[in-house]
Amino acid sequence: MSDLLAARSQMAMSLAFHIIFAVMGIGMPLLMVLAERQWIRTRDPVWLDLAKRWSKGTAILFAVGAVSGTVLSFELGLLWPAFMEYAGAIIGMPFSLEGFAFFTEAIFLGIYLYGWTRLTARAHWWAGVAVAVSGTVSGIFVVFANAWMNSPTGFTLVDGKPTDIDPIAAMLGPASFPQALHMTIAAFATTGIAVAGIHAWMLRRDRESTFHRAALKLALLVAVPASLLQLVSGDLSAKFVAKWQPAKLAAMEGHFVTQRSAPLRLGGIPDERTRETRYAIDVPGGLSFLAFGDFDAEVKGLDAFPESDWPPVAITHVAFQVMVGLGTLMAFASLWVISCWVRKREVADSRALLGLLALLTPAGFIAVEAGWVVTEVGRQPWIVQGVMRTADALTPMPGLVVPFAAFTLLYVFLGVIVAWLLWAQIIKTQPDPAHPIRRDV
Amino acid sequence: MFGLTLADLIAGVTMLALNAYVVLGGADFGAGVWDLVAAGRRAHRQRAVIADGIGPIWEANHVWLILVIVLLFSCFPPVYASLSVTLHIPLVLMLIGVVLRGSAFTFRAYDSTGSAVQRYWGSIFSIASTITPILLGMCVGALASGALAVPADADFHARFVAPWTSGFAILTGFFTLAIFAFLAAVYLTVEAKDEDLQEDFRELAIVAALAVAGLAVALLILGHRIEGSITPGLVSRPWSLVLQVLIGLAATTAFVALVRGAFRTARVAAVAQVSLIVWGWAYAQYPALIPGVHTIESAAAPAVTLRLVAWGLAGGAVVLVPSLWYLFTIFKSDEASAFQRVDTAEYKAPE
Repeated sequence: MSDLLAARSQMAMSLAFHIIFAVMGIGMPLLMVLAERQWIRTRDPVWLDLAKRWSKGTAILFAVGAVSGTVLSFELGLLWPAFMEYAGAIIGMPFSLEGFAFFTEAIFLGIYLYGWTRLTARAHWWAGVAVAVSGTVSGIFVVFANAWMNSPTGFTLVDGKPTDIDPIAAMLGPASFPQALHMTIAAFATTGIAVAGIHAWMLRRDRESTFHRAALKLALLVAVPASLLQLVSGDLSAKFVAKWQPAKLAAMEGHFVTQRSAPLRLGGIPDERTRETRYAIDVPGGLSFLAFGDFDAEVKGLDAFPESDWPPVAITHVAFQVMVGLGTLMAFASLWVISCWVRKREVADSRALLGLLALLTPAGFIAVEAGWVVTEVGRQPWIVQGVMRTADALTPMPGLVVPFAAFTLLYVFLGVIVAWLLWAQIIKTQPDPAHPIRRDV
Repeated sequence: MFGLTLADLIAGVTMLALNAYVVLGGADFGAGVWDLVAAGRRAHRQRAVIADGIGPIWEANHVWLILVIVLLFSCFPPVYASLSVTLHIPLVLMLIGVVLRGSAFTFRAYDSTGSAVQRYWGSIFSIASTITPILLGMCVGALASGALAVPADADFHARFVAPWTSGFAILTGFFTLAIFAFLAAVYLTVEAKDEDLQEDFRELAIVAALAVAGLAVALLILGHRIEGSITPGLVSRPWSLVLQVLIGLAATTAFVALVRGAFRTARVAAVAQVSLIVWGWAYAQYPALIPGVHTIESAAAPAVTLRLVAWGLAGGAVVLVPSLWYLFTIFKSDEASAFQRVDTAEYKAPE
């Protein structure tokens, strides 16, 4: 394994691991705050039980998210020192602000988790709100930094050196809004669908449980609007990519030849050698319309770029199909939920819907991972689009396969433990009238 | 102000964040060390005090490190890049330690499956707590001894291994561990409410204080023999001797207070002592960020970035300071601890 491949793999693996916890770290606090609010309003203990369970889950996920995030803040330099030396002064701004937002989140999470009996109901609830808000804000800032890598602005290149730096313009570049919106909504949709799925699965076995019914309702309250809004924000993101990263769009679509009235390809496997995408279902003019709002618009194919500037086409295309497919399924399930609610004022009575929701439990996570593959692999061979190549940013440190292997083992170990803990400690333990929840959690 | 530039001020804030990490996060590491060596009849109760003491403030304490890193790469990007290259190996090892102890501590808190598994998390937590500070100290030792000024064409060992494995660097590693353990033991004398536990932690604090003093002297002597090391700056600069006297005073106060059982005084003096050691290092090294490679001036980001980060720091402080104050009043003050809300503590479980 070459050092470049090892470094890219380590970065991909670290991001793929961290993003799961980042997503839950944004979504779970909202759920826990909503549940506690219901408890304060109604004094129905089922809501308190839910709030406590969800906060327990948040604590475990936050801890792993925090340490894996710390690792990433070092890895940027450990693997890509030339990139950080180049970009630090330009995109340090969102990272600094993210530092503060994350700090606020950690402080109020400590207050929330350990303050159940130390604070008044109102103060405790507001501490939870602070966790939810600062978690979301910190996620947005990190995405801003990544957005700059996709559409670098806020500086002028003079002899290969960035001058005239404007950190604010760099932070609020053209990719920032669509990308941050898409990721934030994804966090809520993913968490909402995952939690709803788990409780839907439980409800299929225990139809009358008021606990699972309450949990399902709250989770869907977050999941349904987010899943539907995601279609709109996805469209915004695609239009951004079409304008600013045409090579990435071409790879996403497996679109090799520049043409007017370009078709939208559903599925299919791109072959870089023969320059064609086989087994796809073509929707005539679909890509032209989605990218530029005009069925006749010309869409640049990969042939418009030198082959040395192509991203890996097959990976990007397949990942994009996976993301869009799962997103569409989640939106479909959301519409079904709305229709059930409008007709019967209850969603937990349709066994088929519960089944679909249970099946969709991991859907959001897979879609998020696939989406990041599209963003990151689709930008290759650039680490900063059009400005710096990934290979040029690599550390001179040899033997990078060693840290890659070490972190992979470490994260596999952690992943297994977290999954088991969430299962054994929170999901599996049913509310038991004889043993109310421990007061120290 | 005093001939300081904006870059100097931001380097100072970075140092302040590092100082906070040492006295807050460092003590969490140190507590892990005492968790590891806890023995005898009261071992279980000692561990309980440790867990209660760091639980609520744990995550917040560790964000100081992220703040240091973020400031470094925004405002002094070449320094961040250069340290990441030459200290790749110890930093990777340190990160593995950070990951293991952070997650093991939480897993232990939320794993109620049985004492055997919890002990297992406990040992991962405490072993990682012991090794990580040594690695952190080795990095600081490599920096302070001037060993990072290695030409890019040097061989693998000279460039990536030798700087942080010198005797000086290893000694700095143990010095860091001793400082963290000392802070933790002093804090725990205040956290522990039972007299026998206070006595335990007092003894540990005294042992650690002696270790800190011994290692400090050894480092001074060793450092003077290394060319390019910053150690001469610890005594030869205009304010060096004042700083050294203050460190000595704080150390003596902490020690006497410990012996006499005045734990709150000891805590204040210990924080002062350790903070002064951090600033003594900073002062001796100023204006170099990596001795022999980069100074504050040569590594600073363009003025516009520094100005914006300074504003960001000011804005962030407006949010952070009251939040931190709130956190510490809730969990570390006696009045707030006396408050007990009952409605969420016990309730009838749903049917």
